[in-house]
Amino acid sequence: MLELQGVSRLFGGLAALNTVNMTVNAGKVVGLIGPNGAGKTTLINCVSGLDHPTSGVIHFDGVEIQNKAPHQITALGLGRTYQNIRLFGDLTVLENVIIAQHQHGKANLLDSLFQSPRHRREFKQQVERAFELLKRFHLDSFSDSRAGGLPYGDQRRLEMARAVATAPRLILLDEPTAGMNPVETHEFGEQILKLRDDGLTLLVIEHDMALISQVCDEVYVLNFGEMIANGTVDAIKQNQDVIEAYLGRED
Amino acid sequence: MDAVFDFLAPVGLNETNFQFMLIAAILGCSIYVTLYGGMFSLANAGFMAIGTYVSVVLTQRYDWPFVPAIIAGMVAGGLIAIIVGLPVLRLSDIYLAIATIGFGEVVVVLIRNFDRIYEEIFDKKIEITGGGKGIKNIPVTTDTLHLIIFLLIVVYFLYRMQHSRFGRALAAIRQDETVAANLGINVVYYKNVAFIIGAMIAAGAGGLSGHLNRVIEPDDYDFDRAVDILTYAVLGGTTFFIGPVVGGMVLRYLPELLRRLKVLSFVGSIVGRDLTNEQAAVDGIINGIVLILFIVYLPGGLADPQLWKSLYRRLRPNNTQKGAP
Ligand SMILES: Nc1ncnc2c1ncn2[C@@H]1O[C@H](COP(=O)(O)OP(=O)(O)OP(=O)(O)O)[C@@H](O)[C@H]1O
Ligand SMILES: [Mg+2]
Repeated sequence: MLELQGVSRLFGGLAALNTVNMTVNAGKVVGLIGPNGAGKTTLINCVSGLDHPTSGVIHFDGVEIQNKAPHQITALGLGRTYQNIRLFGDLTVLENVIIAQHQHGKANLLDSLFQSPRHRREFKQQVERAFELLKRFHLDSFSDSRAGGLPYGDQRRLEMARAVATAPRLILLDEPTAGMNPVETHEFGEQILKLRDDGLTLLVIEHDMALISQVCDEVYVLNFGEMIANGTVDAIKQNQDVIEAYLGRED
Repeated sequence: MDAVFDFLAPVGLNETNFQFMLIAAILGCSIYVTLYGGMFSLANAGFMAIGTYVSVVLTQRYDWPFVPAIIAGMVAGGLIAIIVGLPVLRLSDIYLAIATIGFGEVVVVLIRNFDRIYEEIFDKKIEITGGGKGIKNIPVTTDTLHLIIFLLIVVYFLYRMQHSRFGRALAAIRQDETVAANLGINVVYYKNVAFIIGAMIAAGAGGLSGHLNRVIEPDDYDFDRAVDILTYAVLGGTTFFIGPVVGGMVLRYLPELLRRLKVLSFVGSIVGRDLTNEQAAVDGIINGIVLILFIVYLPGGLADPQLWKSLYRRLRPNNTQKGAP
Protein backbone atom coordinates (compact mmCIF):
# COMPACT_ATOMS: atom_id res chain seq x y z
CA MET A 1 0.00 0.00 0.00
CA LEU A 2 2.84 2.40 0.90
CA GLU A 3 6.30 1.90 -0.52
CA LEU A 4 9.43 4.02 -0.05
CA GLN A 5 12.34 3.30 -2.38
CA GLY A 6 15.72 4.89 -1.72
CA VAL A 7 14.19 7.94 -0.04
CA SER A 8 16.69 10.56 1.19
CA ARG A 9 16.06 13.93 2.74
CA LEU A 10 19.03 16.21 3.26
CA PHE A 11 18.99 19.32 5.46
CA GLY A 12 22.17 21.07 4.45
CA GLY A 13 24.87 18.51 5.24
CA LEU A 14 22.65 16.42 7.50
CA ALA A 15 20.89 13.38 6.07
CA ALA A 16 17.66 13.21 8.10
CA LEU A 17 16.76 10.26 5.85
CA ASN A 18 19.39 8.25 4.02
CA THR A 19 18.21 5.94 1.17
CA VAL A 20 15.37 4.56 3.22
CA ASN A 21 13.37 1.60 1.94
CA MET A 22 10.12 0.64 3.57
CA THR A 23 6.90 -1.22 2.75
CA VAL A 24 3.60 -0.96 4.56
CA ASN A 25 1.14 -3.65 3.57
CA ALA A 26 -2.60 -3.09 3.51
CA GLY A 27 -4.55 -4.05 6.61
CA LYS A 28 -1.52 -4.02 8.91
CA VAL A 29 -0.38 -1.88 11.82
CA VAL A 30 3.27 -1.04 11.24
CA GLY A 31 5.44 0.57 13.91
CA LEU A 32 8.25 3.02 13.27
CA ILE A 33 10.66 3.43 16.15
CA GLY A 34 14.05 5.01 16.67
CA PRO A 35 15.92 7.33 19.03
CA ASN A 36 15.28 11.09 19.11
CA GLY A 37 16.31 12.83 15.92
CA ALA A 38 16.35 9.57 13.96
CA GLY A 39 14.21 11.04 11.16
CA LYS A 40 10.82 9.49 11.95
CA THR A 41 8.86 12.72 11.69
CA THR A 42 10.78 13.69 8.58
CA LEU A 43 9.71 10.40 7.02
CA ILE A 44 6.01 10.88 7.57
CA ASN A 45 6.26 14.54 6.53
CA CYS A 46 7.64 13.32 3.21
CA VAL A 47 4.81 10.80 2.87
CA SER A 48 2.08 13.33 3.71
CA GLY A 49 3.43 16.02 1.38
CA LEU A 50 4.51 18.58 3.98
CA ASP A 51 8.08 17.90 2.97
CA HIS A 52 9.56 16.35 -0.15
CA PRO A 53 12.44 13.87 -0.43
CA THR A 54 15.72 15.12 -1.88
CA SER A 55 15.78 11.88 -3.86
CA GLY A 56 13.90 8.60 -4.00
CA VAL A 57 10.39 7.49 -4.85
CA ILE A 58 7.28 7.08 -2.70
CA HIS A 59 4.33 5.06 -4.02
CA PHE A 60 0.92 5.10 -2.40
CA ASP A 61 -1.36 2.46 -3.91
CA GLY A 62 0.75 2.53 -7.04
CA VAL A 63 0.67 6.32 -7.43
CA GLU A 64 3.92 8.27 -7.18
CA ILE A 65 3.35 10.89 -4.50
CA GLN A 66 6.74 12.34 -3.54
CA ASN A 67 6.11 15.53 -5.51
CA LYS A 68 2.42 15.97 -4.79
CA ALA A 69 0.83 18.67 -2.62
CA PRO A 70 -0.61 17.63 0.78
CA HIS A 71 -4.25 18.02 -0.25
CA GLN A 72 -3.69 15.83 -3.31
CA ILE A 73 -2.20 13.08 -1.17
CA THR A 74 -5.12 13.37 1.26
CA ALA A 75 -7.47 12.92 -1.67
CA LEU A 76 -5.75 9.61 -2.43
CA GLY A 77 -6.70 8.38 1.05
CA LEU A 78 -4.02 9.37 3.53
CA GLY A 79 -4.58 10.92 6.96
CA ARG A 80 -2.22 11.86 9.76
CA THR A 81 -1.73 13.29 13.24
CA TYR A 82 1.13 15.39 14.60
CA GLN A 83 3.79 14.92 17.23
CA ASN A 84 2.92 18.33 18.73
CA ILE A 85 -0.85 18.44 18.77
CA ARG A 86 -2.10 20.71 16.01
CA LEU A 87 -5.82 21.14 16.45
CA PHE A 88 -7.72 24.20 15.30
CA GLY A 89 -7.66 25.42 18.88
CA ASP A 90 -10.07 28.36 18.51
CA LEU A 91 -12.72 26.30 16.72
CA THR A 92 -15.08 23.87 18.39
CA VAL A 93 -14.50 20.14 18.64
CA LEU A 94 -17.33 19.58 16.18
CA GLU A 95 -15.97 22.13 13.69
CA ASN A 96 -12.58 20.42 13.76
CA VAL A 97 -14.15 17.16 12.64
CA ILE A 98 -16.45 18.82 10.09
CA ILE A 99 -13.57 20.65 8.42
CA ALA A 100 -11.78 17.32 7.99
CA GLN A 101 -14.67 16.18 5.75
CA HIS A 102 -13.99 19.03 3.35
CA GLN A 103 -13.08 16.79 0.41
CA HIS A 104 -16.27 14.78 0.70
CA GLY A 105 -18.39 17.90 0.34
CA LYS A 106 -19.41 19.36 -2.98
CA ALA A 107 -21.31 22.44 -1.87
CA ASN A 108 -19.88 25.55 -3.48
CA LEU A 109 -20.24 29.12 -2.38
CA LEU A 110 -23.47 29.63 -4.33
CA ASP A 111 -25.05 26.61 -2.64
CA SER A 112 -24.43 28.09 0.77
CA LEU A 113 -25.36 31.63 -0.28
CA PHE A 114 -28.80 30.44 -1.31
CA GLN A 115 -29.05 27.66 1.29
CA SER A 116 -29.62 25.14 -1.48
CA PRO A 117 -30.96 21.70 -0.52
CA ARG A 118 -27.57 20.26 -1.46
CA HIS A 119 -25.85 22.52 1.05
CA ARG A 120 -28.26 21.62 3.82
CA ARG A 121 -28.27 17.88 3.11
CA GLU A 122 -24.50 17.78 2.93
CA PHE A 123 -24.05 19.72 6.14
CA LYS A 124 -26.49 17.46 7.97
CA GLN A 125 -24.60 14.38 6.83
CA GLN A 126 -21.29 15.85 7.91
CA VAL A 127 -22.62 16.68 11.35
CA GLU A 128 -24.00 13.15 11.72
CA ARG A 129 -20.72 11.61 10.63
CA ALA A 130 -18.83 13.93 12.99
CA PHE A 131 -20.95 12.82 15.94
CA GLU A 132 -20.39 9.16 15.04
CA LEU A 133 -16.65 9.73 15.19
CA LEU A 134 -16.81 11.81 18.36
CA LYS A 135 -18.78 9.02 20.03
CA ARG A 136 -16.27 6.47 18.90
CA PHE A 137 -13.48 8.46 20.56
CA HIS A 138 -15.59 9.41 23.62
CA LEU A 139 -15.66 13.09 22.75
CA ASP A 140 -19.32 13.63 21.89
CA SER A 141 -20.11 15.39 25.18
CA PHE A 142 -17.55 18.11 24.34
CA SER A 143 -18.77 18.78 20.80
CA ASP A 144 -19.34 22.52 21.39
CA SER A 145 -16.21 23.16 23.47
CA ARG A 146 -13.20 24.99 22.16
CA ALA A 147 -10.79 22.33 20.94
CA GLY A 148 -7.84 24.17 22.49
CA GLY A 149 -9.44 23.98 25.93
CA LEU A 150 -9.67 20.17 26.10
CA PRO A 151 -7.46 18.12 28.42
CA TYR A 152 -4.36 16.71 26.79
CA GLY A 153 -5.51 13.14 26.26
CA ASP A 154 -8.79 14.33 24.72
CA GLN A 155 -6.87 16.57 22.32
CA ARG A 156 -4.85 13.57 21.15
CA ARG A 157 -8.03 11.58 20.58
CA LEU A 158 -9.67 14.49 18.80
CA GLU A 159 -6.71 14.68 16.45
CA MET A 160 -7.22 11.00 15.74
CA ALA A 161 -10.94 11.50 15.15
CA ARG A 162 -10.15 14.37 12.80
CA ALA A 163 -7.69 12.24 10.84
CA VAL A 164 -10.25 9.44 10.53
CA ALA A 165 -12.85 11.98 9.33
CA THR A 166 -10.90 12.52 6.11
CA ALA A 167 -11.89 8.88 5.33
CA PRO A 168 -8.33 7.66 4.79
CA ARG A 169 -7.17 4.14 3.95
CA LEU A 170 -3.79 4.75 5.55
CA ILE A 171 -3.24 6.78 8.73
CA LEU A 172 0.13 8.02 9.96
CA LEU A 173 0.30 8.58 13.73
CA ASP A 174 3.24 10.58 15.12
CA GLU A 175 3.69 9.63 18.79
CA PRO A 176 -0.09 9.54 19.39
CA THR A 177 0.12 8.59 23.07
CA ALA A 178 2.86 10.99 24.16
CA GLY A 179 1.75 12.45 27.49
CA MET A 180 -0.90 9.81 28.16
CA ASN A 181 -0.86 7.55 31.23
CA PRO A 182 -0.57 3.75 30.76
CA VAL A 183 -4.33 3.21 31.08
CA GLU A 184 -5.13 5.85 28.44
CA THR A 185 -2.35 4.48 26.23
CA HIS A 186 -3.70 0.97 26.38
CA GLU A 187 -7.19 2.17 25.58
CA PHE A 188 -5.80 4.14 22.65
CA GLY A 189 -4.13 0.94 21.47
CA GLU A 190 -7.57 -0.72 21.43
CA GLN A 191 -8.82 2.12 19.21
CA ILE A 192 -5.95 1.51 16.80
CA LEU A 193 -6.78 -2.18 16.59
CA LYS A 194 -10.45 -1.36 16.04
CA LEU A 195 -9.54 0.87 13.11
CA ARG A 196 -7.42 -1.93 11.66
CA ASP A 197 -10.35 -4.32 12.02
CA ASP A 198 -12.41 -1.79 10.05
CA GLY A 199 -9.94 -2.25 7.20
CA LEU A 200 -7.58 0.69 7.72
CA THR A 201 -3.82 0.50 7.55
CA LEU A 202 -1.80 2.35 10.18
CA LEU A 203 1.79 3.51 10.51
CA VAL A 204 2.55 4.35 14.14
CA ILE A 205 5.57 6.23 15.43
CA GLU A 206 6.03 5.48 19.12
CA HIS A 207 8.56 5.45 21.91
CA ASP A 208 6.26 3.44 24.18
CA MET A 209 7.25 -0.20 23.59
CA ALA A 210 4.16 -1.42 25.44
CA LEU A 211 1.97 0.17 22.80
CA ILE A 212 4.18 -1.10 20.00
CA SER A 213 3.89 -4.65 21.37
CA GLN A 214 0.15 -4.24 21.80
CA VAL A 215 -0.70 -3.12 18.26
CA CYS A 216 2.09 -3.68 15.71
CA ASP A 217 2.26 -6.53 13.23
CA GLU A 218 5.68 -5.36 12.09
CA VAL A 219 8.22 -2.76 13.19
CA TYR A 220 10.79 -0.65 11.33
CA VAL A 221 13.72 0.89 13.17
CA LEU A 222 15.31 4.15 12.07
CA ASN A 223 18.62 5.44 13.43
CA PHE A 224 20.44 8.57 12.20
CA GLY A 225 18.34 8.53 9.04
CA GLU A 226 19.08 4.90 8.19
CA MET A 227 16.65 2.00 8.38
CA ILE A 228 18.64 -0.43 10.49
CA ALA A 229 16.13 -3.23 11.02
CA ASN A 230 12.63 -4.48 10.43
CA GLY A 231 10.63 -7.48 11.54
CA THR A 232 8.19 -8.62 14.18
CA VAL A 233 8.17 -6.92 17.55
CA ASP A 234 9.87 -9.87 19.24
CA ALA A 235 12.58 -10.13 16.61
CA ILE A 236 13.30 -6.40 16.88
CA LYS A 237 13.60 -6.59 20.65
CA GLN A 238 16.38 -9.23 20.24
CA ASN A 239 18.15 -7.39 17.41
CA GLN A 240 21.70 -6.44 18.41
CA ASP A 241 21.83 -3.31 16.16
CA VAL A 242 18.62 -2.02 17.65
CA ILE A 243 19.78 -2.56 21.21
CA GLU A 244 22.99 -0.69 20.42
CA ALA A 245 21.13 2.16 18.78
CA TYR A 246 19.08 2.68 21.90
CA LEU A 247 21.65 1.92 24.59
CA GLY A 248 24.83 2.98 22.82
CA ARG A 249 27.68 0.68 21.84
CA GLU A 250 29.85 -0.65 24.67
CA ASP A 251 33.40 -0.11 23.54
CA MET B 1 -35.10 59.68 5.94
CA ASP B 2 -34.70 63.48 6.14
CA ALA B 3 -36.55 63.61 9.45
CA VAL B 4 -34.16 61.03 10.88
CA PHE B 5 -31.12 63.02 9.87
CA ASP B 6 -32.62 66.31 11.15
CA PHE B 7 -32.98 64.57 14.47
CA LEU B 8 -29.40 63.26 14.42
CA ALA B 9 -27.74 66.44 13.13
CA PRO B 10 -26.74 67.73 16.58
CA VAL B 11 -24.51 64.67 17.09
CA GLY B 12 -22.83 65.14 13.73
CA LEU B 13 -24.75 62.52 11.80
CA ASN B 14 -26.02 64.01 8.56
CA GLU B 15 -26.73 62.08 5.40
CA THR B 16 -23.30 62.73 3.86
CA ASN B 17 -21.55 61.46 6.95
CA PHE B 18 -23.80 58.45 7.00
CA GLN B 19 -22.90 57.68 3.38
CA PHE B 20 -19.20 57.75 4.21
CA MET B 21 -19.85 55.49 7.18
CA LEU B 22 -21.52 53.01 4.85
CA ILE B 23 -18.52 53.13 2.49
CA ALA B 24 -16.23 52.51 5.46
CA ALA B 25 -18.36 49.54 6.50
CA ILE B 26 -18.11 48.04 3.00
CA LEU B 27 -14.35 48.56 2.98
CA GLY B 28 -14.12 46.90 6.38
CA CYS B 29 -15.97 43.90 4.93
CA SER B 30 -13.55 43.74 2.02
CA ILE B 31 -10.52 43.19 4.24
CA TYR B 32 -12.51 40.95 6.58
CA VAL B 33 -12.68 38.28 3.87
CA THR B 34 -8.89 38.02 3.60
CA LEU B 35 -8.30 38.33 7.34
CA TYR B 36 -10.85 35.56 7.88
CA GLY B 37 -8.54 33.32 5.86
CA GLY B 38 -5.54 34.48 7.88
CA MET B 39 -4.10 36.67 5.12
CA PHE B 40 -2.63 39.97 6.24
CA SER B 41 -3.25 41.78 2.95
CA LEU B 42 -3.23 45.57 2.68
CA ALA B 43 -4.06 45.55 -1.02
CA ASN B 44 -7.65 46.74 -0.73
CA ALA B 45 -6.89 50.47 -1.01
CA GLY B 46 -5.33 49.61 -4.39
CA PHE B 47 -8.40 47.63 -5.46
CA MET B 48 -10.61 50.47 -4.28
CA ALA B 49 -8.61 52.82 -6.51
CA ILE B 50 -9.05 50.47 -9.46
CA GLY B 51 -12.80 50.25 -8.89
CA THR B 52 -13.10 54.01 -8.52
CA TYR B 53 -11.12 54.94 -11.61
CA VAL B 54 -12.53 52.25 -13.89
CA SER B 55 -16.12 53.14 -13.04
CA VAL B 56 -15.67 56.92 -13.04
CA VAL B 57 -13.73 56.87 -16.32
CA LEU B 58 -16.50 54.75 -17.85
CA THR B 59 -19.33 57.04 -16.72
CA GLN B 60 -17.52 60.34 -17.31
CA ARG B 61 -15.50 59.69 -20.46
CA TYR B 62 -17.46 56.93 -22.17
CA ASP B 63 -20.99 57.74 -21.00
CA TRP B 64 -21.62 54.34 -19.47
CA PRO B 65 -24.67 54.08 -17.21
CA PHE B 66 -23.98 54.02 -13.47
CA VAL B 67 -24.68 50.41 -12.46
CA PRO B 68 -22.81 48.69 -15.33
CA ALA B 69 -19.85 51.00 -14.69
CA ILE B 70 -19.74 49.99 -11.00
CA ILE B 71 -19.91 46.33 -11.98
CA ALA B 72 -17.16 46.83 -14.56
CA GLY B 73 -14.99 48.37 -11.82
CA MET B 74 -15.57 45.31 -9.64
CA VAL B 75 -14.73 42.95 -12.50
CA ALA B 76 -11.54 44.90 -13.19
CA GLY B 77 -10.59 44.64 -9.51
CA GLY B 78 -11.28 40.91 -9.54
CA LEU B 79 -9.22 40.30 -12.69
CA ILE B 80 -6.24 42.19 -11.34
CA ALA B 81 -6.58 40.26 -8.06
CA ILE B 82 -6.21 37.01 -10.01
CA ILE B 83 -2.94 38.21 -11.52
CA VAL B 84 -1.57 39.74 -8.31
CA GLY B 85 -2.79 37.01 -5.95
CA LEU B 86 -1.01 34.04 -7.48
CA PRO B 87 2.53 35.30 -6.79
CA VAL B 88 1.81 37.44 -3.73
CA LEU B 89 -0.27 34.99 -1.68
CA ARG B 90 2.68 32.61 -1.40
CA LEU B 91 3.98 35.06 1.17
CA SER B 92 2.69 35.19 4.69
CA ASP B 93 2.39 37.59 7.59
CA ILE B 94 4.55 40.67 7.40
CA TYR B 95 5.95 39.74 3.96
CA LEU B 96 2.46 39.62 2.53
CA ALA B 97 1.66 42.96 4.17
CA ILE B 98 4.73 44.60 2.64
CA ALA B 99 4.12 43.14 -0.80
CA THR B 100 0.51 44.30 -0.80
CA ILE B 101 1.48 47.79 0.37
CA GLY B 102 3.85 47.79 -2.60
CA PHE B 103 0.98 46.79 -4.87
CA GLY B 104 -1.11 49.70 -3.59
CA GLU B 105 1.68 52.18 -4.23
CA VAL B 106 2.19 50.83 -7.76
CA VAL B 107 -1.51 51.27 -8.48
CA VAL B 108 -1.41 54.90 -7.31
CA VAL B 109 1.72 55.65 -9.38
CA LEU B 110 0.23 54.02 -12.47
CA ILE B 111 -3.01 55.97 -12.14
CA ARG B 112 -1.13 59.22 -11.65
CA ASN B 113 1.01 58.64 -14.73
CA PHE B 114 -1.45 56.74 -16.91
CA ASP B 115 -2.00 59.56 -19.42
CA ARG B 116 1.72 60.31 -19.70
CA ILE B 117 2.65 56.68 -20.18
CA TYR B 118 -0.01 56.33 -22.84
CA GLU B 119 1.36 59.38 -24.63
CA GLU B 120 4.91 58.00 -24.50
CA ILE B 121 3.88 54.67 -25.95
CA PHE B 122 1.26 55.64 -28.53
CA ASP B 123 2.46 59.14 -29.21
CA LYS B 124 -1.04 60.47 -28.72
CA LYS B 125 -2.36 62.85 -26.07
CA ILE B 126 -5.31 61.56 -24.04
CA GLU B 127 -7.05 62.37 -20.82
CA ILE B 128 -8.20 59.27 -18.96
CA THR B 129 -7.13 59.41 -15.30
CA GLY B 130 -6.28 63.11 -15.27
CA GLY B 131 -2.87 62.55 -13.65
CA GLY B 132 -2.18 63.85 -10.17
CA LYS B 133 -5.11 66.30 -10.34
CA GLY B 134 -7.56 63.47 -10.82
CA ILE B 135 -11.05 63.81 -12.27
CA LYS B 136 -13.26 66.73 -11.28
CA ASN B 137 -16.93 67.70 -11.53
CA ILE B 138 -18.23 64.16 -11.26
CA PRO B 139 -22.00 64.34 -10.82
CA VAL B 140 -23.19 62.68 -7.60
CA THR B 141 -25.01 59.54 -8.73
CA THR B 142 -24.58 57.27 -5.71
CA ASP B 143 -27.34 57.66 -3.15
CA THR B 144 -27.81 56.25 0.32
CA LEU B 145 -30.05 53.47 -0.93
CA HIS B 146 -27.37 52.17 -3.34
CA LEU B 147 -24.91 52.02 -0.47
CA ILE B 148 -27.34 50.29 1.87
CA ILE B 149 -28.25 47.69 -0.74
CA PHE B 150 -24.61 47.00 -1.59
CA LEU B 151 -23.68 46.73 2.10
CA LEU B 152 -26.59 44.38 2.80
CA ILE B 153 -25.56 42.09 -0.05
CA VAL B 154 -22.00 42.04 1.24
CA VAL B 155 -23.05 41.39 4.84
CA TYR B 156 -25.39 38.62 3.77
CA PHE B 157 -22.46 37.09 1.92
CA LEU B 158 -20.22 37.28 5.00
CA TYR B 159 -22.94 35.78 7.16
CA ARG B 160 -23.42 32.83 4.83
CA MET B 161 -19.69 32.46 4.34
CA GLN B 162 -19.20 31.86 8.04
CA HIS B 163 -21.41 28.77 7.90
CA SER B 164 -20.31 27.40 4.56
CA ARG B 165 -17.79 24.88 3.35
CA PHE B 166 -15.84 27.79 1.87
CA GLY B 167 -15.81 29.74 5.14
CA ARG B 168 -14.82 26.74 7.20
CA ALA B 169 -11.93 26.11 4.83
CA LEU B 170 -10.79 29.72 5.31
CA ALA B 171 -11.11 29.45 9.09
CA ALA B 172 -9.00 26.29 9.00
CA ILE B 173 -6.36 28.03 6.89
CA ARG B 174 -6.33 30.94 9.33
CA GLN B 175 -5.79 28.62 12.28
CA ASP B 176 -3.16 26.33 10.74
CA GLU B 177 -2.44 26.36 7.05
CA THR B 178 -0.32 23.21 7.14
CA VAL B 179 -2.96 21.15 8.90
CA ALA B 180 -5.65 22.53 6.60
CA ALA B 181 -3.66 21.24 3.62
CA ASN B 182 -3.22 17.83 5.26
CA LEU B 183 -6.97 17.65 5.79
CA GLY B 184 -7.51 18.00 2.07
CA ILE B 185 -8.06 21.72 1.66
CA ASN B 186 -6.49 23.28 -1.43
CA VAL B 187 -4.93 26.19 0.42
CA VAL B 188 -3.67 28.12 -2.62
CA TYR B 189 -7.08 27.97 -4.29
CA TYR B 190 -9.06 29.15 -1.26
CA LYS B 191 -6.63 31.95 -0.48
CA ASN B 192 -6.86 33.23 -4.03
CA VAL B 193 -10.64 33.07 -4.12
CA ALA B 194 -10.86 35.01 -0.84
CA PHE B 195 -8.39 37.57 -2.15
CA ILE B 196 -10.43 38.04 -5.34
CA ILE B 197 -13.71 38.40 -3.45
CA GLY B 198 -12.15 40.96 -1.10
CA ALA B 199 -10.79 42.86 -4.09
CA MET B 200 -14.19 42.96 -5.79
CA ILE B 201 -15.90 44.27 -2.66
CA ALA B 202 -13.24 46.98 -2.28
CA ALA B 203 -13.57 47.89 -5.95
CA GLY B 204 -17.35 48.14 -5.54
CA ALA B 205 -16.89 50.47 -2.56
CA GLY B 206 -14.49 52.47 -4.73
CA GLY B 207 -16.95 52.84 -7.60
CA LEU B 208 -19.73 53.93 -5.26
CA SER B 209 -17.52 56.42 -3.42
CA GLY B 210 -16.20 57.77 -6.73
CA HIS B 211 -19.70 58.87 -7.62
CA LEU B 212 -20.23 60.47 -4.24
CA ASN B 213 -17.22 62.77 -3.98
CA ARG B 214 -17.38 65.02 -7.09
CA VAL B 215 -13.59 64.73 -7.24
CA ILE B 216 -11.26 61.75 -7.26
CA GLU B 217 -7.50 61.96 -6.85
CA PRO B 218 -4.91 59.19 -6.84
CA ASP B 219 -3.58 60.25 -3.44
CA ASP B 220 -6.88 59.26 -1.81
CA TYR B 221 -5.83 55.61 -2.17
CA ASP B 222 -2.34 55.59 -0.72
CA PHE B 223 -0.93 53.87 2.37
CA ASP B 224 -3.09 55.90 4.79
CA ARG B 225 -6.21 54.50 3.20
CA ALA B 226 -4.88 50.94 3.42
CA VAL B 227 -4.30 51.43 7.15
CA ASP B 228 -7.76 52.99 7.63
CA ILE B 229 -9.35 49.92 6.06
CA LEU B 230 -7.36 47.61 8.31
CA THR B 231 -8.39 49.66 11.35
CA TYR B 232 -12.09 49.25 10.52
CA ALA B 233 -11.79 45.47 10.62
CA VAL B 234 -9.53 45.34 13.68
CA LEU B 235 -11.81 47.63 15.67
CA GLY B 236 -14.91 45.62 14.81
CA GLY B 237 -13.36 42.17 14.91
CA THR B 238 -12.12 39.77 12.29
CA THR B 239 -13.94 36.55 13.08
CA PHE B 240 -17.59 37.57 13.32
CA PHE B 241 -19.40 38.95 10.29
CA ILE B 242 -20.89 42.05 11.93
CA GLY B 243 -17.43 43.16 13.09
CA PRO B 244 -16.22 45.13 10.07
CA VAL B 245 -19.57 46.91 9.73
CA VAL B 246 -19.52 48.08 13.33
CA GLY B 247 -15.82 48.95 13.08
CA GLY B 248 -16.16 50.95 9.86
CA MET B 249 -19.23 52.86 11.02
CA VAL B 250 -17.84 53.71 14.45
CA LEU B 251 -14.43 54.78 13.24
CA ARG B 252 -15.83 56.91 10.44
CA TYR B 253 -18.30 58.53 12.82
CA LEU B 254 -15.91 59.22 15.70
CA PRO B 255 -14.14 62.24 14.10
CA GLU B 256 -17.52 63.77 13.20
CA LEU B 257 -18.66 63.41 16.76
CA LEU B 258 -15.47 64.99 18.06
CA ARG B 259 -15.90 67.84 15.59
CA ARG B 260 -19.48 68.30 16.67
CA LEU B 261 -18.55 68.30 20.34
CA LYS B 262 -15.91 70.92 19.53
CA VAL B 263 -13.26 68.76 21.18
CA LEU B 264 -10.55 70.20 18.96
CA SER B 265 -11.23 73.85 19.78
CA PHE B 266 -11.51 72.87 23.44
CA VAL B 267 -8.13 71.11 23.44
CA GLY B 268 -6.76 73.99 21.37
CA SER B 269 -7.87 76.52 23.96
CA ILE B 270 -6.04 74.55 26.65
CA VAL B 271 -2.75 74.34 24.75
CA GLY B 272 -3.24 77.87 23.43
CA ARG B 273 -3.26 77.07 19.72
CA ASP B 274 -5.87 76.88 16.99
CA LEU B 275 -6.20 73.18 16.14
CA THR B 276 -9.40 73.34 14.14
CA ASN B 277 -7.54 72.99 10.83
CA GLU B 278 -5.66 69.89 11.97
CA GLN B 279 -8.63 67.57 11.59
CA ALA B 280 -6.86 65.17 9.20
CA ALA B 281 -3.88 64.77 11.51
CA VAL B 282 -6.18 64.23 14.48
CA ASP B 283 -8.13 61.57 12.57
CA GLY B 284 -4.86 59.77 11.96
CA ILE B 285 -3.92 59.96 15.62
CA ILE B 286 -7.31 58.62 16.67
CA ASN B 287 -7.02 55.73 14.23
CA GLY B 288 -3.57 54.90 15.53
CA ILE B 289 -4.59 54.98 19.18
CA VAL B 290 -7.70 52.91 18.52
CA LEU B 291 -5.67 50.33 16.61
CA ILE B 292 -3.16 49.93 19.44
CA LEU B 293 -5.77 49.82 22.20
CA PHE B 294 -7.86 47.23 20.43
CA ILE B 295 -5.00 44.96 19.46
CA VAL B 296 -3.77 44.98 23.04
CA TYR B 297 -7.00 44.92 25.04
CA LEU B 298 -9.76 43.69 22.74
CA PRO B 299 -8.22 41.49 20.06
CA GLY B 300 -11.65 40.05 19.30
CA GLY B 301 -12.96 43.51 18.35
CA LEU B 302 -16.10 45.40 19.31
CA ALA B 303 -18.48 42.89 17.78
CA ASP B 304 -16.93 39.81 19.37
CA PRO B 305 -19.84 37.64 20.59
CA GLN B 306 -17.61 36.21 23.34
CA LEU B 307 -17.04 39.71 24.74
CA TRP B 308 -20.74 40.53 24.90
CA LYS B 309 -21.63 37.17 26.40
CA SER B 310 -19.14 37.61 29.22
CA LEU B 311 -20.21 41.23 29.75
CA TYR B 312 -23.83 40.11 29.94
CA ARG B 313 -22.94 37.38 32.40
CA ARG B 314 -21.05 39.84 34.58
CA LEU B 315 -23.75 42.51 34.50
CA ARG B 316 -26.75 40.24 34.98
CA PRO B 317 -28.58 41.58 38.07
CA ASN B 318 -29.08 38.34 40.04
CA ASN B 319 -25.67 36.91 39.42
CA THR B 320 -25.88 33.54 41.12
CA GLN B 321 -22.90 31.71 39.67
CA LYS B 322 -20.39 32.69 42.30
CA GLY B 323 -17.19 30.68 42.29
CA ALA B 324 -18.08 28.56 39.30
CA PRO B 325 -15.69 25.61 38.87
N1 LIG C 1 13.38 21.63 8.75
C1 LIG C 1 14.55 21.13 9.20
N2 LIG C 1 15.70 21.77 8.96
C2 LIG C 1 16.89 21.27 9.40
N3 LIG C 1 17.00 20.14 10.07
C3 LIG C 1 15.89 19.43 10.34
C4 LIG C 1 14.61 19.89 9.92
N4 LIG C 1 13.67 19.00 10.32
C5 LIG C 1 14.35 18.04 10.97
N5 LIG C 1 15.68 18.28 10.98
C6 LIG C 1 16.70 17.41 11.56
O1 LIG C 1 16.54 16.12 11.03
C7 LIG C 1 16.76 15.14 12.04
C8 LIG C 1 15.56 14.23 12.14
O2 LIG C 1 14.49 14.93 12.76
P1 LIG C 1 13.06 14.29 13.03
O3 LIG C 1 12.21 15.34 13.60
O4 LIG C 1 12.58 13.62 11.79
O5 LIG C 1 13.39 13.20 14.14
P2 LIG C 1 12.41 12.25 14.92
O6 LIG C 1 12.86 10.87 14.66
O7 LIG C 1 11.00 12.57 14.62
O8 LIG C 1 12.77 12.63 16.42
P3 LIG C 1 11.84 12.72 17.73
O9 LIG C 1 11.72 11.36 18.30
O10 LIG C 1 12.59 13.64 18.62
O11 LIG C 1 10.52 13.29 17.31
C9 LIG C 1 17.09 15.89 13.30
O12 LIG C 1 18.49 15.92 13.46
C10 LIG C 1 16.56 17.26 13.07
O13 LIG C 1 17.32 18.23 13.75
MG1 LIG D 1 9.45 13.33 15.65
